[in-house]
Amino acid sequence: MSAQPHAAAAHHDHGHAHDDVEDGAHGSLKGYVAGFLLSVVLTAIPFWLVGGDVLGSSRLTAFAVMGFAVVQIVVHMIFFLHMNTHSEAGWNMLALVFTAVLVVIMLAGSLWVMYHLNTNMMPGMHDMRQMP
Amino acid sequence: MSIQAPHAGPLAEPVSQEDLVFYTADHHVNPGSGTLLGFWIYLMSDCLIFAVLFATYGVVGRNYAAGPGPADLFDLNLVALSTAMLLFSSITYGFAMLSMARGRKGATLLWLAVTGLFGLGFLGCTAYEFNHLIHEGAVPSRSAFLSAFFTLVGTHALHVAFGAIWLVVLMVQVVQRGLVPENRRRLMCLSLFWHFLDVIWIAVFSYVYLMGMLP
Repeated sequence: MSAQPHAAAAHHDHGHAHDDVEDGAHGSLKGYVAGFLLSVVLTAIPFWLVGGDVLGSSRLTAFAVMGFAVVQIVVHMIFFLHMNTHSEAGWNMLALVFTAVLVVIMLAGSLWVMYHLNTNMMPGMHDMRQMP
Repeated sequence: MSIQAPHAGPLAEPVSQEDLVFYTADHHVNPGSGTLLGFWIYLMSDCLIFAVLFATYGVVGRNYAAGPGPADLFDLNLVALSTAMLLFSSITYGFAMLSMARGRKGATLLWLAVTGLFGLGFLGCTAYEFNHLIHEGAVPSRSAFLSAFFTLVGTHALHVAFGAIWLVVLMVQVVQRGLVPENRRRLMCLSLFWHFLDVIWIAVFSYVYLMGMLP
C-alpha cells in the first residue's frame, strides 16, 4: 500500500514530460504554411523544366528533377512529418536512417545489377533488349 | 508489516520500506508514445514495399515490348492536378491537427472533411487515368513497363483509398466521442500515414511521370 505514492509520482512525472513532447509534435501554423509554400515551388519547378523542355538535355533535366524531389522529401519530413533527432528519444530518426540505408542499397543494387546483366551475357547476345 | 512478498518464508530477511517499490503502473506510462513509434516503424516497412516496387519499375520501366511508352500515355496536366490534390490534402490535414491541438472539435472535423474530399479528388484522377489507359489498350499485361507502372501507382492509390476510409472512420469516432486522448492518438497516426503517402507520391511523380516523359 505504501508503495503506491512512489509509483503514482513516477507515473505523473513521465506523463508530464510526454505532454511536453507531444505539444511540439503537432507543429505550428507557420511551419505548415512554410512547408506547403516550399512544396509548391519545389513541385512547380520540375514540372516546368519537363513540360517546357527548358534545359534542353534529358540527362541534365533528369538530375534536376531528382534533386528537387530529394529536397522536397526532406521538406515534407521536417515540416509535415515533424522529424527531428529528439522525438521518441531519437528512435524515429534511427528507424528512418536505417530504412533509408536499406532503400538505397535495394534501389542502387537492383539497378546496378540489372543494368550490367547484359554485359555478362554470351557474346553476340548483347542486344537482348531489342528482341521482341 | 503489511508490505511483504506473498511467498516470503520465515527465513526471509526483514526489508525496509524503501526497498519495496512496486511499479505496477509501468504498462500505462506514456500512453500513445509507443503507438506512434510502432506506427512509424510500420510506415518504414511500407516504405520498403514501395522501394521494391520502385526498383522493379527502374529495372523494367523501359521495356515497352513494342507497345506504348510513357510519352505516349501520360498527361502531365493530369499528373499536376493529382499532385496539387495530394499537396492540398496534406496542408488541410495539418490544419486539422492544429485545430485538434487547440481542442476545437468542429474545426477539426471540417478540415478532416476537406482533406477527405481532396483525397477523393486524387483517387478520381487516378481512376480516370487508369480507365483511360485501359481503354487505349495499355493494360498491365501489355508490357513489363505497364505491369510495373500499374503495380506501383496502383499500390499507392490503394494506400490513399484505405487512408480515406480510415479518415471517415476517425471522423465518426470524433463525432461520437470527441477529441479524447485515444482519438488524438489515432488522428496523429493517420497524420503520419497521410503525409507519408504524399512523400511517396513525390517520388512517383518525379521518377515515373516526369522522368518518363523525357526523351
